[in-house]
Amino acid sequence: MSTLPKRKDEAWRYSDLAALGEVWPGGEKIGRSLSIPAGQAARLDDVLAGTGWRNDAVAIDVGAGGTLIGFIEQGLAAGAVATQDYAITLAAGAAANIVILNHGGRFGRIALDVTLHEGADFQLGGVIIGGDTQTLEIITTVRHAGPGATSRQVVRTVLGGRAIGSYLGKVAVAREGQKTDAAQSFKALLLERGATANAKPELEIFADDVKCAHGATVGELDKTALFYLESRGVPPQQAKALLTRAFLSDALAAMADDAREAAETRVTALLDALLAPALAAAA
Amino acid sequence: MLKIENLTAGIEGKTILKGLNLTVNAGEVHAIMGPNGAGKSTLSYVLAGRAGYEVTGGSVSFQGKDLLAMAPHERAAAGVFLGLQYPVEIPGVSNLMFLRTALNAQRTLRGEKEASGAEFMKLAKAAAEALGLPFEMLKRSVNQGFSGGEKKRNEMVQMAVLEPHLCVLDETDSGLDIDALRVVSEGINRMRSQERATLLITHYQRLLDYVVPDFVHVLIDGRIVRTGGAELARELEADGYAGMAEAA
Repeated sequence: MSTLPKRKDEAWRYSDLAALGEVWPGGEKIGRSLSIPAGQAARLDDVLAGTGWRNDAVAIDVGAGGTLIGFIEQGLAAGAVATQDYAITLAAGAAANIVILNHGGRFGRIALDVTLHEGADFQLGGVIIGGDTQTLEIITTVRHAGPGATSRQVVRTVLGGRAIGSYLGKVAVAREGQKTDAAQSFKALLLERGATANAKPELEIFADDVKCAHGATVGELDKTALFYLESRGVPPQQAKALLTRAFLSDALAAMADDAREAAETRVTALLDALLAPALAAAA
Repeated sequence: MLKIENLTAGIEGKTILKGLNLTVNAGEVHAIMGPNGAGKSTLSYVLAGRAGYEVTGGSVSFQGKDLLAMAPHERAAAGVFLGLQYPVEIPGVSNLMFLRTALNAQRTLRGEKEASGAEFMKLAKAAAEALGLPFEMLKRSVNQGFSGGEKKRNEMVQMAVLEPHLCVLDETDSGLDIDALRVVSEGINRMRSQERATLLITHYQRLLDYVVPDFVHVLIDGRIVRTGGAELARELEADGYAGMAEAA
């Protein structure tokens, strides 16, 4: 970013440009890189906290057959801004399993640009939890540059207050990307009518033997399921919390057990904080 | 245990129950039969407290308390169990988690100690086995991938673990094959006791061959028009509801 993005820039159409404008130009994009040798595995744990503008550009190269396990938590203090870019290249047969938990600050944007070579595999679980007037977004560009690669993106968002949660997911399949198997699933749960969810799936396909699935839904808690729980003795607040946690669980499903338990505990705490005022308003 | 007096209720401005009277004592099994649209499901939803169903007159007392003044979860803790006609699927919440949460929520509301993990598993395993549901199925999300019969068996598993005082079973026999019907009926019969009452809402007489009721009521156009013993069900099967409607 050398100039402040504008509303007409497609990739920023749902962003909080006012918030970004306030921290701009505030400093250069901080570059970091990680290189994983062929056949090796490594972790990326980016837990963002604090009040400063986080504006990192992280470049990660995963060698042939290598593995990247990533956990990115955007938990900045209220009012802060994050615009993080991650560029990940997966060589032949490499794999990446990334979980994003985007919940802090005033404006939090996590963008991934992933290139997959032959037989590579990319799994993404994205969770956005927002309230008040937060704007939180996950932007992904997944490039199937080689044949036979797989990508799975599961993004779930729970929004209260007047928060805005967005997922912009582009899948670009090159001519060489035959036998691509790509899937995206975005679901948004609006706890209050003032919240907004945006979904922009985009498929650009130049090969003719591919599978590219995508789905997006925005809704409220299932009233029949809530009644079922209440009719069995579960008080309304507890029923809402249970269903909301269940809603987000898909996004964390692909994590290893111990990591998932830690993530679920974190998510439960965030949901409790979000649900308390929302339920008081609904009562 | 349950006393319904002159109950009028409806949904979306339309009155469906038009002055229903019914008394159910502990230890009794009552069957309510009637044609489609008579108000059978409306009655069960009003007893459970489902939103959207409006009571416009009359009263319902349960164990001496005003049932209509209680929220759905309070009614459950007081001992009311509604076996749904169309059990709901809840992705992301396992049957075990659902049932354990329900049991402990009820116990907490009653001031009782919560069930420990081990205690709960023992109850759940026993109930599943008695109702012919493989325990593995209880680890799945609530009713997800369950056939109609399996969903009804699952309702019975929940009933066995929650041990309600009043079992309101809304068309529990619909969608059941012969074996499932027998298993579900045995489940209902096992729960019969001096302290418990059961209200069976059904179209068909065959359930009543297995779960022999003490009383059979005919519900037509929002009112109970006739009450009799178990043999009334056979009479209905032979003659249909038309005769009843004229006599009403």
